Amino acid sequence: MKSSLVCLFALAAVSLQAAADLSKPIEVLRAVQKEGQGNEAAGKAWQEIVKADAATLPEVLKGMNGANPLAENWLRTAVGVIADEALKAKKLPVPALVAFLKDTQNSPGARVVAFDLIHRADEKLAEELTPTLLEDPSADLRRHPVAKLIEAGDVALEKKDNAAAIVAYGKGLGGARDEDQIKVLAKKLRGLGQKVDLPKHFGFLMSWKMIAPFSNADRAGFDTVYPPEKELKFDAVYEGKTKEAKWVDFTSTDEYGKIDFNKPFGMEKSVVGYAATDFFSTEDRPAEIRIGCKDGWKVWLNGELLFARDEYHRGAKLDQYKLPCQLKKGKNTILVKCCQNEQTEQWTVEWEFQLRVCDATGTAIVAAK
Amino acid sequence: MKTISMCVLMCLTAGVVRADWLQFRGPNATAVSTDAKVPADDLKIAWTADLPGRGLSAPIVVGERVFVTCSSGPGQETLHVFCFNAADGSKRWERAMRSTGRTMTHNKTCVAANTPCSDGDRVFALFSSNDLFAFDLDGNLLWLRGLTFDYPNASNSLGMSQSPVVMDGTLVVQSENDSESFVAGLDVATGRNKWKLERPKAANWTSATVWKNTVALQSSKGILAVEPATGKTVWDYSDGASTIPSSVGTGDVLYAASHGITALAPEKGSVTQLWRNEKLNSGTASPLVLGDAIYVVNGAGVLIKANVKNGDEAWKLRMKGPFSGSPVAAGKRIYIVNERGIFQVIDPEAPEGKVLKEIELKETVLTTPAISGGAIYVRSDAKLWKLQ
Repeated sequence: MKSSLVCLFALAAVSLQAAADLSKPIEVLRAVQKEGQGNEAAGKAWQEIVKADAATLPEVLKGMNGANPLAENWLRTAVGVIADEALKAKKLPVPALVAFLKDTQNSPGARVVAFDLIHRADEKLAEELTPTLLEDPSADLRRHPVAKLIEAGDVALEKKDNAAAIVAYGKGLGGARDEDQIKVLAKKLRGLGQKVDLPKHFGFLMSWKMIAPFSNADRAGFDTVYPPEKELKFDAVYEGKTKEAKWVDFTSTDEYGKIDFNKPFGMEKSVVGYAATDFFSTEDRPAEIRIGCKDGWKVWLNGELLFARDEYHRGAKLDQYKLPCQLKKGKNTILVKCCQNEQTEQWTVEWEFQLRVCDATGTAIVAAK
Repeated sequence: MKTISMCVLMCLTAGVVRADWLQFRGPNATAVSTDAKVPADDLKIAWTADLPGRGLSAPIVVGERVFVTCSSGPGQETLHVFCFNAADGSKRWERAMRSTGRTMTHNKTCVAANTPCSDGDRVFALFSSNDLFAFDLDGNLLWLRGLTFDYPNASNSLGMSQSPVVMDGTLVVQSENDSESFVAGLDVATGRNKWKLERPKAANWTSATVWKNTVALQSSKGILAVEPATGKTVWDYSDGASTIPSSVGTGDVLYAASHGITALAPEKGSVTQLWRNEKLNSGTASPLVLGDAIYVVNGAGVLIKANVKNGDEAWKLRMKGPFSGSPVAAGKRIYIVNERGIFQVIDPEAPEGKVLKEIELKETVLTTPAISGGAIYVRSDAKLWKLQ
């Protein structure tokens, strides 16, 4: 009895030691910064962590909470090495990983890793957990239940049970945050006679005040500070490149929220346009402004420049750029500068952008008015 | 004893040269194997390994290890580095990371487009998202960088594909695009910048050429040769060059993918043009020099042989195209895979060139093979093959 207690005490001491030892190397990995700062120390710390027992996996995963993306990758690869060994030895701490997954305070990236490990260890358990992820803070985790609901809807359709299919697809659309799944679900629901409001689902800002054309000759307009960057006076008239530049009201009818300068101003080349709108937030809160644009562009929120990009006609897509920002309660003014260049090829006609306001999951933030 | 040791040392030294294919287009980015053991003409598929994601990156071979990168996931955010045993295709290790930069690309390409490289001890894997990882040969993560995390406008919405090269303790990484365009020399041990230079603000998919102790950086402006350790200019050719096929250097001549092919004899500070043949116009594939000839694959899938001394055309051979990957060579054979996965063996010494053999891989292949130990490695979006 006495010797057993001694053994238990010794084992506990060893495991406490192991736990205590990992906190330091995890902190070293979390300390890595831009331009390789901290890499030397991180390389050594990583070696320490990967030697740890599989029981430490939740602790290492927890290290990803609030970590920068570089530190996340250091920790993600360390988790991968520990987990590979644990899976071979069938020692993956699945219950602890499930608990980690279920705690939505943990970072989405770490919880995705936890779910993948659960799936590798116990596919059936992962299947059972899948429906619980439909409203998850992680867009990646939402994909699994949405895929299941698409399957369920398809099965119902095969059985000619349209009502059940509509329920499954509708539920799937409610949870879906990725464009590919949303497109599929919208098509299926519309095929069944249901209305789908994609601009509302994505949170596209559809109504803007727009002004153009200022000059972008030699692409110099990108860095030229035109009047709308100094003042938003919607009754003002300015000297433009080919004609007077005046503000006009524009509401997009495109279901992907494209704000097309060519429509109110004609197909101009080497020009700069601006679009402004107000977004009313119900509270002070973090958000993301997500923009897709194949022209040169800049975005300001309440006068603060969020990002500027001088790439032309290399392609555009939904959520091409994600700009983290802070909304204030009440009115928030968003200003977009959209620069068309001199190219004349057919595929360089577009002078447009699409913009939405959402949270980090991609869920549209509903405006107060 | 001393003699035996010398022999062992020579064999070991020769062994490194013999078997390894350490970067895009292999030894010194020439696309020509220096291995004494060349692939036999009765090539067959020796093994196939499954891959979980897409990739235009070529395999590289270090000793008995074959390294391949892939990208997977709905937005290609998952970045994979694989190490396989060359002997049987079994997996030695795999590491999965997440992109920290943008993953948007043209549909034809993908995030795993840049071929990794190695200095024999480490493997450096760069992705189109500008994520860069250094592993030792056993898969231990040595360091990482997020070059778009560092330099937020360094990206190309069509995707990037410039493959890094390593020389004398410096990893040279290009991220040349329309916006924040640069090349950097990184310490291989730490990943920290030794130097960083601005590059022309223009999309560029070419890879550097390692030649005569310099790294030759090609762009639409021309070719800039720099010292790998410092980034200092050695010579600068400014008559423009391609932004897709890369140049090749061999002996004292750099065959620039510029106005067709322009043969250059650069010396410190100056560049002499030896000849130019504008008809030697590469499509996507980069040229190679084998013996006394230069070979170019044009946009129509025609292999053109020309005299390396004056650029005079010798013959044209229509192959089964189209091609995204580049030709490679070993011994007296040229190897290339077309986009439909037809692997072709060419005898360039036949009077008009001759396709000796075709192997149907039955998958889309957009990449360049690697040659090592008498075997050829080819990858698709789903498979890695060893042909032997």
